[in-house]
Amino acid sequence: MLSYLLRKLLFSIPVLFGVTVIVFAIAHAMPGDAVLAMITAEAPSSEELIAMRRGELGLDQPVYIQYLNWIGQILHGNLGRSFVNGRSVGDIIAERLPMTLELMGVALLAAFIIGTTLGVISALRQYKFTDYSLTLSGFVGVSIPDFFMGLLLVYVFALELRWLPSSGISTAGDSFSLLDNLKHLILPAAALALFRAAIFMRYARAGMLEVLNQSYMRTAKAKGLRPSTITLRHGLRNVLIPLVTVFGLALPTLFGGSVVIETIFQWPGIGLMFIDSVVNRDSPVIMGYVLITAIIVMLANLATDLAYSVLDPRVSYD
Amino acid sequence: MMGADALAVERTAEGTGQQSVLSVQGLSVEFGPQGSAVYAVNDVSFELAEGESLAIVGESGSGKSVTVQTLMGLIRKPPGRVTSGRALFRGRDLLAMPDSELRQIRGRDIAMIFQDPISSLNPVLTIGLQLTEALREHQGLSEAEAERQALDMLDLVGIANGPQRMRAFPHQFSGGQLQRIGIAMALVCKPSILIADEPTTALDVTIQAQIVELVGRLQKQLGMAIIWISHDLSLVAGFVDRVAVMYAGSIVESAPVDALFSATTHPYTIGLLNSIPSLTADNTRLVPIKGAPPNVTLPPTFCAFAPRCHFAEARCREAKPLLEAVGGGHTTACWRWREVDHLSRSTTTAQSVKPVGAAGQEALLTVTDLKVHFPIRRGVLRRQVGAVHAVDGVSFEVLRGETLALVGESGCGKSTTGRAVLGLEQPSAGRIVFEGKDYAGATGEELKLRRRDMQMVFQNPFGSLNPRMTVGRIIGEGLRAQKIGTRATRDIRVSELLALVGLREALRNRYPFELSGGQRQRVGIARAIATNPKFIIADEPISALDVSIQAQIVNLLDDLKTRLGLTYLFVGHDLSMIRYLSDRVAVMYLGRIVEIGATAAVFGTPLHPYTRALLSAIPVPDPKAGGTRRRIVLGGGVPDPSKPPSGCHFHPRCPKATDICGKVDPQPRDLGSIASGRHLVACHHAGEA
Repeated sequence: MLSYLLRKLLFSIPVLFGVTVIVFAIAHAMPGDAVLAMITAEAPSSEELIAMRRGELGLDQPVYIQYLNWIGQILHGNLGRSFVNGRSVGDIIAERLPMTLELMGVALLAAFIIGTTLGVISALRQYKFTDYSLTLSGFVGVSIPDFFMGLLLVYVFALELRWLPSSGISTAGDSFSLLDNLKHLILPAAALALFRAAIFMRYARAGMLEVLNQSYMRTAKAKGLRPSTITLRHGLRNVLIPLVTVFGLALPTLFGGSVVIETIFQWPGIGLMFIDSVVNRDSPVIMGYVLITAIIVMLANLATDLAYSVLDPRVSYD
Repeated sequence: MMGADALAVERTAEGTGQQSVLSVQGLSVEFGPQGSAVYAVNDVSFELAEGESLAIVGESGSGKSVTVQTLMGLIRKPPGRVTSGRALFRGRDLLAMPDSELRQIRGRDIAMIFQDPISSLNPVLTIGLQLTEALREHQGLSEAEAERQALDMLDLVGIANGPQRMRAFPHQFSGGQLQRIGIAMALVCKPSILIADEPTTALDVTIQAQIVELVGRLQKQLGMAIIWISHDLSLVAGFVDRVAVMYAGSIVESAPVDALFSATTHPYTIGLLNSIPSLTADNTRLVPIKGAPPNVTLPPTFCAFAPRCHFAEARCREAKPLLEAVGGGHTTACWRWREVDHLSRSTTTAQSVKPVGAAGQEALLTVTDLKVHFPIRRGVLRRQVGAVHAVDGVSFEVLRGETLALVGESGCGKSTTGRAVLGLEQPSAGRIVFEGKDYAGATGEELKLRRRDMQMVFQNPFGSLNPRMTVGRIIGEGLRAQKIGTRATRDIRVSELLALVGLREALRNRYPFELSGGQRQRVGIARAIATNPKFIIADEPISALDVSIQAQIVNLLDDLKTRLGLTYLFVGHDLSMIRYLSDRVAVMYLGRIVEIGATAAVFGTPLHPYTRALLSAIPVPDPKAGGTRRRIVLGGGVPDPSKPPSGCHFHPRCPKATDICGKVDPQPRDLGSIASGRHLVACHHAGEA
């Protein structure tokens, strides 16, 4: 197991290296740069001023030197400084990451629990009304994109019903309270969760139907166990195994989704930060964001593998 | 239905006077929508006395499993539907009670063990939990008390080291051990009826012998009644009291075990017995039952066996015969049983003599010291830390025109040997000389050319045919690949091949799923002989087929051998079939050949202790033989092939092992005589008095 982890971590080094190359290339290939982004709105600056600003930021050097400088910083644990406000990228991300993790964590957990439960119920009621209506809602769920779901929720619950706030993480002016924060969390988390709950439901339903056909389920029934014991102890445990894969696959798309959702709900996480930095051509922040997401996704995949071996005693890594 | 009721009453009356614990009366089960239903069980009645053991024997689709699963409330409703009948367990009707009530009986009073021990245990739960949960459910025991009883039961079924094993998961056990655990799980609440649904079908013959013995012993200790479901008449002959033979959802013959085998009255039962080659007598050509088991989609208003029956007449196709008493607790459902009785089995079989192929002395294939090792890799750098010794130094030759059989239990390397000969597996060492040319490790064009002369018939006719290709394309594919003939000549060749294997031309454009198992295997054989090969490797070609179909395929292989001058390497585990169809036999154990010689010599005077045990474990279709034959039951299972025992691989299980066996690897010695031919045995003690 330990050697498996080590091997995986070793493999992730070249992958992360590849990520830095791609990220840097993309950031560099973006039209315009930070200096131009700063001055567009103002009066036209002189060529000298622009060149001077570029010199300050190191943008006048050849591309490979810029890349090597950046990599050099990263190896020292330093993600560089924002072109816009000069703050350390590491600090900015550290400040905002918890918000994003809160949003994503709650969304993913809710999606997993709701989706799995409904999927199992749907399978147990196969070809009955419950099953059909759940399958239909699931179909609707996977068909609505995150951002549209977000807008829809804002319209219904914030604008029309006025039950929940439509943006931010807390009510402006009030002192921070967890309850207030959670109220603000509901809509963006729901917007992210519904689509994924529908996906979990589909897989849980298919998984449970397959498990129901397994001989060990018949054995459990032949023992005279209660239906609830059969479903939960013998069924659900086995359904969770394929769902772990789906869970792992949902993570990267969740980062993409959170960028959009954080923008819609003005949720001050790293997704919103990313959009701002793209607008400002703040390449250190853009690159920092992508690198951190890549690392998180990799660690999550590793955690998925570990979860596998916990759930399925037949899986052993060596 | 009236007849069934009357019969049930009559049978209870004529019973042995023992009290019946289970009485099934006129049970009928259908599947699917009304109108296009499958009539899985039709009007089945039987009695089970306290402590009695009853076997229900039938082929796949005969309704034997559905019958018992209905009693247990295990069939899914829908699509399943009980259309009539009662099943009285100590006077209470199992079919009428709500599931919550039946649940109290399931597992406590009536328990069940299943066919495949690996898939019938939950892979993610510990053995301990699975053993104790029924106790806790039914008897409300505390965890500690349930655990104590489960440990006692594990001890009883012969699982050593109980406390430790309770924490293990199913994949950490061998198939034989798992079936023991399955039995412990079923018996943990001390039921009064145990239903065993083909519990040994997925197991090797020596493990089967262990399980049969175990169940027999436990039956005596716990005094329960047993319903043993099987497709194998020979197996149940040895240990049950009564046998009911099912066909197409109905019981066609039911009798005390002696009477069933000595005074068989139903043509189907006779057909089944004729399909099994004898292990001791001289074999005449097998007499298969023609046709295939029916799809039970027609209402049971006629004798379902009529289309396959030599005795069928108009009446059989018009009305269904009910079970009729023959006397002495023997009932049969045949209009003509009185006449059938007089046609002795020998007259129907003696007419045809098994064709004898003329085996030459020239070796077509010579395999020398073949090894196939699969590497085991571990660690950060995936270094090879060991190897599974699937084939570990095997030498044999196949003479032109003969059939050499490779036999052994699962994991002995027989199939891998076959695949390596065809180049489907890369040999790690050794030579494979075919027609004078060594091509071990050959690849590309060389191998392709070789495969013109050498083809394989695979075990599973369901998995080995591409479901997206028509029968015609499957058969012709080898010709296309080898660029033999033109499109037109290939078409003609496919027609020839279809005729040769006994398939209708019309099947050419069908897909595999539309064919029965027997038909599919015929397609597999046609595909193999398409390129006119000289040599066929048949890898367990009949083991996935029903008993009555097996004989058809074996006869086909026999015919093709004579007509086309083929040479066979036959890989199998069914020893009576191998005795019937092979000229020479090689017995394998854990990657090595332990004994090889003429079939008559190996079966007549087996010299290796493993061969002896293997032969003694084969069930024979004779209830009287059970007592007289001495069965050598081997302890334990086949060891892990990545860590084979030192010296003779068989020594840890061998009743004759001495010190030398654990140290020195025995070399094959020729102990044959002029009469028996070469008879090589790899045993230090072979030939000792």
